[in-house]
Amino acid sequence: MTGTRFVGTKFPRPEAPDKVSGRALYIHDVVRPGMLHGAIKHSAHAHARILRIDTSRAEALPGVEAVITGFDTPELRVGFLRENRALKRDKVRNQRDEIAAVAARDPETARRALELIEVEYEVLPAVFDPVEAMREGAPRIHEVDGRGRPTRDNRVPMECRHHSGDLEAAKERSAFRVAGDYEVPWIQQSCMGTAGCIAEFDANGDLTVWAKTQIPFLAQRDFNRALEEMGLEGRNTRVIVTTLGGGFGTGLDTHCYEYIAILLAHRTGRPVKVLMDREEEFRYLSPRQSARVHIEQGCDEEGRLTYREVRVLQDNGAYASWGATFPTVMLLPVTSLYKVPVVHFDAEIVYTNNTYAQAMRGYGNPEVTMAIESNLDELALAAGIDRLEIRRINCNEPGEVTPMGARVGSCGLRACIEACAEKLDWRAKPGRNGRLRGVGMASMLHVGGSGRIYRSDASGIILKLDDFGNVNVFYGGVEMGQGLHSTIRLAIADSLGVLPEKVRVNPTDTATCPWDVGTHASRGAFMACNAALEAVRKLRARLFAYCVDLFPREVERALRKQRAGGPPPRPEGGAAPDRSSPPSAEADLSFAQGRAPGDFELEKGLVFVKDGPDAPWAKIPLDRILRAIHFREGGDMLTETAFYDPPSELPDWREGRGNMSAAYTYGAQAVELEVDPETGEVEILRFVSAMDIGKVLNPQALDGQVLGGLAQGLGYALYEEVKTEEGAILNPNFTDYKLPTAHEMAFPVDLVYVETDEPTGPFGAKGAGEPGLVPTAPAIANALRDALGVSLRTLPMTPERILRALDPSAS
Amino acid sequence: MTRTRILRLKINGHEREVAAEPNAILLDVLREGLGLTGTKRGCDMGTCGCCNVLLDGRPVNSCLVLAWDCEDREITTIEGLLPEDPGALHPLQEAWAETGGSQCGFCSPGFIVTAEALLREDPEPTETRVREALSGNLCRCTGYKKIVEAVLKAARSGRGVEVGS
Ligand code: FES
Ligand code: FES
Repeated sequence: MTGTRFVGTKFPRPEAPDKVSGRALYIHDVVRPGMLHGAIKHSAHAHARILRIDTSRAEALPGVEAVITGFDTPELRVGFLRENRALKRDKVRNQRDEIAAVAARDPETARRALELIEVEYEVLPAVFDPVEAMREGAPRIHEVDGRGRPTRDNRVPMECRHHSGDLEAAKERSAFRVAGDYEVPWIQQSCMGTAGCIAEFDANGDLTVWAKTQIPFLAQRDFNRALEEMGLEGRNTRVIVTTLGGGFGTGLDTHCYEYIAILLAHRTGRPVKVLMDREEEFRYLSPRQSARVHIEQGCDEEGRLTYREVRVLQDNGAYASWGATFPTVMLLPVTSLYKVPVVHFDAEIVYTNNTYAQAMRGYGNPEVTMAIESNLDELALAAGIDRLEIRRINCNEPGEVTPMGARVGSCGLRACIEACAEKLDWRAKPGRNGRLRGVGMASMLHVGGSGRIYRSDASGIILKLDDFGNVNVFYGGVEMGQGLHSTIRLAIADSLGVLPEKVRVNPTDTATCPWDVGTHASRGAFMACNAALEAVRKLRARLFAYCVDLFPREVERALRKQRAGGPPPRPEGGAAPDRSSPPSAEADLSFAQGRAPGDFELEKGLVFVKDGPDAPWAKIPLDRILRAIHFREGGDMLTETAFYDPPSELPDWREGRGNMSAAYTYGAQAVELEVDPETGEVEILRFVSAMDIGKVLNPQALDGQVLGGLAQGLGYALYEEVKTEEGAILNPNFTDYKLPTAHEMAFPVDLVYVETDEPTGPFGAKGAGEPGLVPTAPAIANALRDALGVSLRTLPMTPERILRALDPSAS
Repeated sequence: MTRTRILRLKINGHEREVAAEPNAILLDVLREGLGLTGTKRGCDMGTCGCCNVLLDGRPVNSCLVLAWDCEDREITTIEGLLPEDPGALHPLQEAWAETGGSQCGFCSPGFIVTAEALLREDPEPTETRVREALSGNLCRCTGYKKIVEAVLKAARSGRGVEVGS
């Protein structure tokens, strides 16, 4: 492998010109010939039996091509517990339940037709609180489970717990103990590009779906299963990923709207696009999971943690999507953030008639880190230990094995904490103009070497070299704005020895790319680059094996040409080579003869012998060599694949044990802020983000991941909440649901990267996609407690909540 | 339907004709009627800025503007900022690519045309002014830092190309 030349440098993304000039094609922009537009009718009630659906008036509307319901289409099961249906038939379980759909010539006609569909319901008693939903006699959301077996209560059959050590003994041993109850809301992922898809069948009955997905291959599996349910056994789905318009976890599940597009396309025989507008996305797309977290931690006289007890209660809403599995990711920080010998973790997930939640960046980690880190500050206070000191005392170390069995490789948490300590003034100081000033910090731990939550945690890659020296890359993971393609390009350019411009990462398509489990768990760059490095090794071995034979002839030819006055080879995209010293007539070519494959090197797109002469004619452009390999007798094209499955274990969720990731990412954030005690307004003065993400692969993309994560964390901490009443979404727009703008993000941010060298990571790197938002809310909460002298334990920490905390007697 | 009319719109320096009903929204006419899909739809209610275009040099939410009201006015979309030579970018677009102001990219066209209006009015804006001018645009990916940096960078480099006016 050549030394790194592009990895670690700022490089514009390959897709940037298309995006900034408006040329990138998002699902909104893709049009297929003869395409119809679908629209979906949703439930008017949170819990009701469907008695009758009359679609006749909708069908009669000019421009309507099809109206479908659960009664006249095959039953398509949705969700990992298979208890959801694309179109509901028996009853509706929340206000977003799909009951009918229309395909029409334009979106307006389709939406108008929805209003003409008449539905008769028998309203049922509903339940909107998970505690009430667990009570005897509570309205039952699902009478039977996904396999048709009667349910006993409203608990979601998902087990995830961890009990290690004697909790009672640990409590007794502790000099200080602090408990607290925390609550985090549903929030909307709020991709600027709303959700949508196009489904189209060909004449063989095979299906193509243009999808806004992060899991093209699991989507293919899900849609193929739907085809089977539709009686189309043996037919296949091809999933093509368009430019994404934001992911943040929304693309980790397959959605009812996608299955409905498939049903409509099948019914009409035409391509059908279903596209959500902003309000629909707020109402009908699954938000981030909410949670109530009870936590208790203790420490000894010296501040060493003695135990951590965490009980999580999740309002699952009506169906299981990935929100139900958040505890599987909470497990890692609960058992492994800081050294804590005794850990008890239990989670309860309960069906209600509310909306149901899916993945969002961090996936359970920010929810529980809010509780761990806020509670830790209170423990420090109770123990009379400095807040930074308690974190130093309990800091994780390289080589540690945590209670869940996470084997820590590289760990730079200590340096992250020190960076936070250094960059802010931790002494108590008054704020300006009577405002209250506070500082606070929080640490984090996240999977950094992918996260094994599925039998295979692999990623495949294909590298195809062509006659022009291009490296065509086919990778099944998804570029969603994080800079994956840019990182792949830098990694391949360096490891193979070509210029980045020659590395062309193709759009993700299940027909051409090898299998990948999905782009989640901060795994994109870690997985793609590890797979790429393996494929590059094979590629170079094959290339250099051919060079033994071909290289002497090519050098001779280059020399002949140059003597005849032709231009010497030019390194790809590089400066013209030096012409001042023409090769002497008696140049000795024997250096090229009888070489072994290991004697060759490829750099900047030129193949040469490592100890050969440093002359232009002795360096042959890669494309020349590739054509020589192609067009010889018994020719060959160089294509290599690799399938990388990281060294990690699928945890036993019932026991909460297993080394779920090949590496672990650490970090800490700290914030200085001021609060206006009259209004409760918070002003962030300064932010520090210190991350141990291993070696920095792609600084431009990394800064974007951290800063973007931080902005989402700020929204989570201070502004964002999906508000509901009786299951209805009350704030389905950006007027009533506040996202941070450039104005709220006006404070300076110190970005610190603690570059550990992770042995399992490509070039020593670890995953970096999610960490940016994980510790943000607790860092702000801790700074607010420092400023106000009281703790806020419910997100978002709005001015109203702050005022109420300052004066509990005020309403 | 009967009231559909052929509008003459001046878009990116060219006269374009397009059929539009009286209640047709400019954003729809640009995207569906004229195939100018660089202008994005993020909310339909003036809250995200993804649909921003310049109307007589001022940024507007094209999702709130009636197409009929745009006759005899200069409309500039993201496509109109591109210089004529293929492969070249407008200085703002260049700066966006260089700093990483574009991640998923969905917000970029709206931000860039809004920034163009700012730089036409104030070629050397302060950071505060930039943030103010862009506070009607939402971005979920970047945290805005690189976006603000891109505008300041383009301002420093001089804007160069003057288009659509
Ligand atoms: S689409 Fe016009 S402002 Fe959002
Ligand atoms: S880059 Fe994705 S919304 Fe701004």
